[in-house]
Amino acid sequence: MPLDPSFVGRTWPPTEPYLVGREKIREFARAIGADNPEYHDPEAARAIGYPDVVAPPTFPTVVTMAAGTRIIDDPELGLDYTRVVHGDQSFVYTRPVVAGDALVCVSTVEEISQRGGHDFITTRTDVTTESGEPVVTAWSKLVQRGEDGR
Amino acid sequence: MSDTLAPQTYRVTRADLIRYAGASGDFNVIHWSDRLASRVGLPGVIAHGMYTMALVGRAVTTWAGAADAVVEFSVRFSRPVPVPDTDEGTQVEVSGVIKEVTGDGLTRVAITATCGGEKVLSMASAAIRKR
Repeated sequence: MPLDPSFVGRTWPPTEPYLVGREKIREFARAIGADNPEYHDPEAARAIGYPDVVAPPTFPTVVTMAAGTRIIDDPELGLDYTRVVHGDQSFVYTRPVVAGDALVCVSTVEEISQRGGHDFITTRTDVTTESGEPVVTAWSKLVQRGEDGR
Repeated sequence: MSDTLAPQTYRVTRADLIRYAGASGDFNVIHWSDRLASRVGLPGVIAHGMYTMALVGRAVTTWAGAADAVVEFSVRFSRPVPVPDTDEGTQVEVSGVIKEVTGDGLTRVAITATCGGEKVLSMASAAIRKR
């Protein structure tokens, strides 16, 4: 079943703020083996001008994944998650995520297409602070593989 | 920085995937169960795409020499990274070439990531700016 094309252009209401904890950033940095002191030590982060530890570049996925779930779990869209693989991922950063940020996500479906028996959906998630300061924008393209198993 | 950036090699084991699942909140079964991964046509457990991207992010950060220098970062996941249940796991190699240095100090890097000699990403790139 193709994805519902009427989802293109739809924007979802802002998520509840995600409060970024220092220990969560440290945990994420440890999990990817990133030992830059600015990810772990608040003093090191302050030395380069941030109020607390900064997050590695792909950390925003922790925050945006929940926002994306609201879209892909919508039965009206018609996505079968067991056939979904991650196609593309992009980030454009205004600044790194910093511990203490309360981040709000607004997600929009930018594109739905079909090619070679597969379905594609691209969502953009604008991540800002509660007061509206832009932090990062993430684009995620998911591929729903054709039902014939190609 | 020279035009060709020093290749970075990262070992990936099942334990790394378990730790990443916990830290990221991505508990998709294909990243920890051979049984359930093979049920959906995969050769076995594969790394999270976002884990591979995170390793590439480490490489870019290393090349930049600053934890906060990445201003744009983009990848296409072209092939899965199978992670066998062995002590050695597998290995991801990340290399980069500087494509452009703009007048306002933005460095654009084209990135290649391979596993077992096969490219696992395509159209991977980053832009770096010293803040």
